[in-house]
Amino acid sequence: MADILQIKNVSKKYSNHIALNDISLNVAEKSVFGLLGPNGAGKTSLIRIINQITGPDSGEILFKGEKLNPKHVERIGYLPEERGLYKKMSVGDQVLYLAQLKGLSKAEAKKRLTYWFEKFEMQSWWKKKVEELSKGMQQKVQFIVTVIHEPELLILDEPFSGFDPINAQLIKNEILELRKNGATVIFSTHNMGSVEELCDNIALINKAEKIVDGSVKEIRKTHRTNTYKITFKGNLLGFTNALWTGGEILDKHTEDDIHSVTLKLATTVTGSQLLQAILPICEIHSFNELIPSMNDIFIMKVNAGNEIVGTKSNYTE
Amino acid sequence: MRKIRLIIGREIKSKLTNKTFIIMTILAPLLITGFLAFMIKMTQSEKTEQNVLVIDDSKLFKDKLVGNDYISLSFSNDNLPKAVAEFSDKGYSCVLWISPTVIEGGAGATKLFYKKSPGFAFQTYIKDQMERIVYENKLKANNIDPTIISNSKQSIKIILEKVNDKGSTEEQASFGLFGFLTGALMFMFILMYGMMVFRSVMEEKTNRIVEVIVSSVKPFELMLGKIIGVAILGIIQFAIMGIITFALTTVLSTIFLKDVSAQLKVFQSQQEMVKKNGTNVNFNQLEKFDDKLEVFDLLQKIEKIDFVEVFICFILYFIGGYLFYSSIMAAIGSAVDSEADSQQFITPVMIPLMVGYFIATKTIMDPDSSTVFWGSIIPFTSPIVMMSRITNGVPMWELVLSLSILFVSFVFTTWLAGKIYRTGILMYGKKTSWREIGKWLFYK
Repeated sequence: MADILQIKNVSKKYSNHIALNDISLNVAEKSVFGLLGPNGAGKTSLIRIINQITGPDSGEILFKGEKLNPKHVERIGYLPEERGLYKKMSVGDQVLYLAQLKGLSKAEAKKRLTYWFEKFEMQSWWKKKVEELSKGMQQKVQFIVTVIHEPELLILDEPFSGFDPINAQLIKNEILELRKNGATVIFSTHNMGSVEELCDNIALINKAEKIVDGSVKEIRKTHRTNTYKITFKGNLLGFTNALWTGGEILDKHTEDDIHSVTLKLATTVTGSQLLQAILPICEIHSFNELIPSMNDIFIMKVNAGNEIVGTKSNYTE
Repeated sequence: MRKIRLIIGREIKSKLTNKTFIIMTILAPLLITGFLAFMIKMTQSEKTEQNVLVIDDSKLFKDKLVGNDYISLSFSNDNLPKAVAEFSDKGYSCVLWISPTVIEGGAGATKLFYKKSPGFAFQTYIKDQMERIVYENKLKANNIDPTIISNSKQSIKIILEKVNDKGSTEEQASFGLFGFLTGALMFMFILMYGMMVFRSVMEEKTNRIVEVIVSSVKPFELMLGKIIGVAILGIIQFAIMGIITFALTTVLSTIFLKDVSAQLKVFQSQQEMVKKNGTNVNFNQLEKFDDKLEVFDLLQKIEKIDFVEVFICFILYFIGGYLFYSSIMAAIGSAVDSEADSQQFITPVMIPLMVGYFIATKTIMDPDSSTVFWGSIIPFTSPIVMMSRITNGVPMWELVLSLSILFVSFVFTTWLAGKIYRTGILMYGKKTSWREIGKWLFYK
C-alpha cells in the first residue's frame, strides 16, 4: 500500500532540549497508525510538525509524495491533546466557523454539520453556548470539528484522554468507520489496550528517538521470548526432568492435581520440541505461547532506554 | 485571505454580540457629554427669579442699581424690621438693606435677608454693581470723571502668528488644551484596543482552542486577523461613539450656547467694523460683551481648528499606534497563561505610553520644545504626542517623518510579535520570562 505520509529524518530542537532526533516514519494509506511513547517523548512535537503548526529544524515530510505545504492543511484533520472551544460562542456558530477555516463553504459546512449532529443526536445543542455543555458533549463537538472536512489524514493526539468509556467507544467506532471509508488515522496514546484493538502499525518514540516501528503483529512476534504456559495433569518432577536444560521455569502453581507452569525456553529449543518431550509424561490440558502485549513491549523498551532493569512483566495469552 | 476574513469576522461578531461592549459603546458618549454638560451647567449661574425689596438708607443707589432679566428690584422706604417681617407675604424673595454709612465701608453695611438662599451668582451680581457705584461716587466726590478712568483701562490680547517655512504668517489657534485632549484620547484608545487584543489572544490560549485553529491557519494569520478585527471594531465603536457624541453635543450646545453664539456673531461684526472704520466708530452704540470675552475666545479657537486635518491625523496615528502596540500586546497575550501573570509584561509596555501622555501635557505649556519634538517622532510616543501638537501647526516634513517611522516600526513589531506569538500560544503551564521570550524569536 502507498504511504500517505513519509517522515524523513526530522529533527526539532528547543532551546534547552531536543524534542525529535532524526525521526523517520512511514504511514501507510488507509491504516490506523499508533504513535506511542511516554510523556515528553516528542509525540506532540511530531504531530505539530505534521500539522505545520511548527516547522522541523531539519528533515522533510511528504504528504502523498508531495512536500508538505499549507494546501495540505485542508486534507488533514487534527484533534489536539489540549483541546478547547470558545466558551461564549454558540455551538452552531463555532462549528461553522471552524469548518470554514478548514476550507468548506458555508453551505457545505452546514449540510455536513446537520448530518453529524443528527448522527450524534445533538441537534438541540446548536444554539447553546459551549459553556452550557458538559465535557463529554464538548468532546463530541470537538470530534465533529476534526472530521467535518472529510480529511484523508486524521491526527488525534491522545483522543481517549478525558473521554468517558461510552464516548471513548463511540470515538473508537468512528475511527474504524473512517478507516473503512478510506481515511488514514494517526493517533497518539498511552492506552495500550486501544493500540492492540485499533492499530495496524505503530511507532514507539522515547526521548526524541524512534525505538520501534512496524505492524503491531510483527512487533509482537519479533518480541517473542519463547515463553510458554502449560497446564497439565501428572508428575511435576517428571515434567521438570523432561525439560532437562532446555528451559527455565518462571512460575508454577498447582490446584487440584493440575499444574500450571510458565516457562521460558532456551533459544535453541522450539515449542514443538518441548511438546514432544513432555507429551509422553503427562496429560496436557493446554499449551500456549505467551506473546508479549504492546504494554509489555512499551514498558520494556522505554525502561531499556531509561536503563532501568528488572520490571515485572505481565504476559497475556 | 479568505481565512483572515473569517477570523476578522468572528472577532467582530463575538464583540458586537457582547452586551458589555454594546452598553459601553452607547454609555460612554452619554457619560462624556453628560459630564461636560454638567461641568458647563456648574459654571453657569443659576437663574432663579429674584424679586428683591431694596431698602436703601444711603440713598445712593436709587436708579443706579438695576436688575436684569431674572432679578427685579423694587425700592422702598419702609423701615427694616417691618420689611423683614412682611417681605415674603408681599411676594418678595429677599430684602436688601443698605446702611447710610455704606460709602465709608466696613462690615455689616449691607445685609441681605432671605428665606431661600438666592445663590452666589446673585450676590456677585449685586455686589459688583454696588462696588462700581460706590467707586464712581467716590471718584466724583474727588472731582474725577469716571469715564477718564474707564477709558484709560485697556485690555491686551496677544494674537499668535506663526511664521511658516515659506515666510508667510498664519494666525495660530494655539489651542493647547484641545491638542492635549486629542492626545489623551489617543492614549485611551490605543490602550483600550491593545488590551482588547491582549484579552482575545489570551482567551484563545487559555480556552485551548488555539491549537485547533492553528492547524487550519498560520499563527501569523490568526494574529493578524485578530488585530485587524479589533481595529475595525475600534473604528466602528469610534464612529458610533462619535456620532452619538456629536448629536448630543449639538443638541446640548444649541440649548446652552445659543445666546452665546448669537452674541458672538454680533461681537465679530462689531470687530470687523472697528477694524474698517478705526476710531470713527461711535463706541457708545456698540454692545458690550466684557463678561463674555473668554467664552468668545474659546469659541473662536474651536472655529479655527482644522477638524478635517485633526480627524485624518487621528485616524492615521490611531492605525499606526494601535498596530504598533497591539502586536506587542498580542505577543504578551500569547506568552502568559493568566491575567495575573501578565502584569510584569504589560507594565513595560505601559511605561512608554504613559511617557507619551506626560509629554502631551508638556505640549500645552511648551509646544515647540525638543522633548515634544522627539516625542512626536519616536514611535513609542509619537501617536499621542503628535496629536497633542497638531493644532499648533506641525510642518509637513515632521508629520511625514513621524508617520513613516511609525508605520515602518509597526511592520517590525508585528513581525517580531508573530514570532513570539507562534511559540507562545502553544506553551502551557510554564511561567514565562523575558529570557524565554527572547529564545522564542529564534525558533524555526
